[in-house]
Amino acid sequence: MSTNNGHGATLAEKILARASGLEHVVPGQIVEGRVDLAMMHEQGAQTVGPFHEMGAKAVWDPERVVIAIDHWVPASSEGAAVLHRILRKFAAEQSLPHFYDVGNHGICHQILAENGWVVPGDLAVGTDSHTNMLGAMGAVAAGIGPTEMAAVLALGRLWLKVPPTIRVNVRGTMGPGVVAKDLVLRILGEIKTTGATYKSVEYGGSAISAMSMPERFTICNMTTEMGAKCGMVAPDQTTYEYLEKIAKHAMHPLQPDADARYERVVDVDVSRLEPMVACPYSPDNVRPLPEVAREHVKVDQAFLGSCTNARIEDLREGAALMRGHKVHAGVRFIVSPASTPIYQQALREGLIDLFTEAGAVFTNSSCSACFGGNMGIIAPDEVCASSSNRNFPGRMGPKEGRIYLMSPAAVVASAIKGEIADPREVPA
Amino acid sequence: MQDVIEGRVWTLGEDVDTDGIIGGKYLTIIDPDELKKHVFEIALPAFAKGARAGDIIVAGGNFGCGSSREHAPQALRAIGVGAVVADSFARIFFRNSINLGLPTVEAAGVRAIFENGDPARIAMREGNVTNVRTGATVRFPPLPHHLLELLEVGGLVPKVRQELEARERGAPA
Repeated sequence: MSTNNGHGATLAEKILARASGLEHVVPGQIVEGRVDLAMMHEQGAQTVGPFHEMGAKAVWDPERVVIAIDHWVPASSEGAAVLHRILRKFAAEQSLPHFYDVGNHGICHQILAENGWVVPGDLAVGTDSHTNMLGAMGAVAAGIGPTEMAAVLALGRLWLKVPPTIRVNVRGTMGPGVVAKDLVLRILGEIKTTGATYKSVEYGGSAISAMSMPERFTICNMTTEMGAKCGMVAPDQTTYEYLEKIAKHAMHPLQPDADARYERVVDVDVSRLEPMVACPYSPDNVRPLPEVAREHVKVDQAFLGSCTNARIEDLREGAALMRGHKVHAGVRFIVSPASTPIYQQALREGLIDLFTEAGAVFTNSSCSACFGGNMGIIAPDEVCASSSNRNFPGRMGPKEGRIYLMSPAAVVASAIKGEIADPREVPA
Repeated sequence: MQDVIEGRVWTLGEDVDTDGIIGGKYLTIIDPDELKKHVFEIALPAFAKGARAGDIIVAGGNFGCGSSREHAPQALRAIGVGAVVADSFARIFFRNSINLGLPTVEAAGVRAIFENGDPARIAMREGNVTNVRTGATVRFPPLPHHLLELLEVGGLVPKVRQELEARERGAPA
């Protein structure tokens, strides 16, 4: 067992030691980490200016840079078109081959996941806060701003303060109708939006081991809402099988030591977990969904989408409930898959027919309604039931708009009933 | 960055998220001078018109939580905000601000000693924030050396430029 002052290392400590070429690191230590993968979306357009102002001439390693446009696809305004244009021009000038442009597009984090751009042991950074999702690969994946990204593109490294780690041990078996989203909301309700600020969250235990990669993506994705620098699951057979044919570079599978020192340990038993919902206006304002359902909260819009929950498994989960039902009169139900391959798969499986015949609008893949800057904006006095990750004031447009965060199945149940509803109560 | 920063205070509450600083609908704006017209539209609507260069933001806990958008500190820098002080910060906002050369100070308990419009004095190296009207002071651990250095040179752009120039001259990094 490796030693850190007489005790073992957490997964984040192991990865950051590897990235910075050190034997071991301790929380609070500032290290220079070599970056294995740098990802930019539209915010990367603001990287280009600082990159040139720094006097940088060439990107450190074009093979390690991925650009994926996702917020406004296709461009919905002149401003968005200009951002896309800046990125295309930069990619051409710098000969960056991995550009996921309109037609080959998807939400940046899903693009990284399904193409194997992040693998165990990596240090990955992206210009989006939900880059944490890729920690599910057994990596440190963190969001950074565009100026910082300019420095990464110029130098291939960045400074990081080694974070203390919160260990979350999950055991038990979830009941029918209860899914990974309910678990991460439950954890958010306990850790709260500031409980993991500057920290790493390491998920483990028998219930996490039993989870598929998409479920782990959902959990690591919402670690962002806990304020964390990164969230991760140590790699196992599930990870290796997922990456077997798609990994873009060599893995450095690392595991936390059994005697690692954690700042805090949170134990969760999911056996009695109920569907959960985060009520306005914070992702940690979490309550059991059945309790909220009893209050008959009327829904104007339902959204099944976002990097948190718009993979094919999420669409199938929603479609299983939708079958035989219609979207409630007066509800706008938006379904937006997370990537073009997911869109195509949904098409092949007949899910697009199923959703649209029920009265939903099925859009191309993008961030869609999640961030209130493109489409699916709500009016000030409206309510949205959403499978996305944030419900701060103004997240879907006006500050008064009320967003309830829940699982894909709960979104569909709410779209059918016209009010926030328990997916377990939708008649078959 | 000056060692001592003085200015008029604008107070904000807890958990001001990046949507509250710059809404999602403005994210296609690149020009900081255009961006600054919309800063705090949700969290503090009077600010964009009323703020002047040198003003200081004093906020509660978890300031800047939410997205990675650099538009938030960019807009504050474009207005000429002298410093952002809060009980605590969300991590990406904190990094973005320092990288842009905007002095950012985490001082637990600072929100409680200020009212809107009070004059503030921040001693960056000594590590204290004082309400000049009431004399109340809150101490904070000064920023680590390399972050003070980053603020000193004006942020990450000049810092990396120096490093690349040194590399070109063949000097050790």
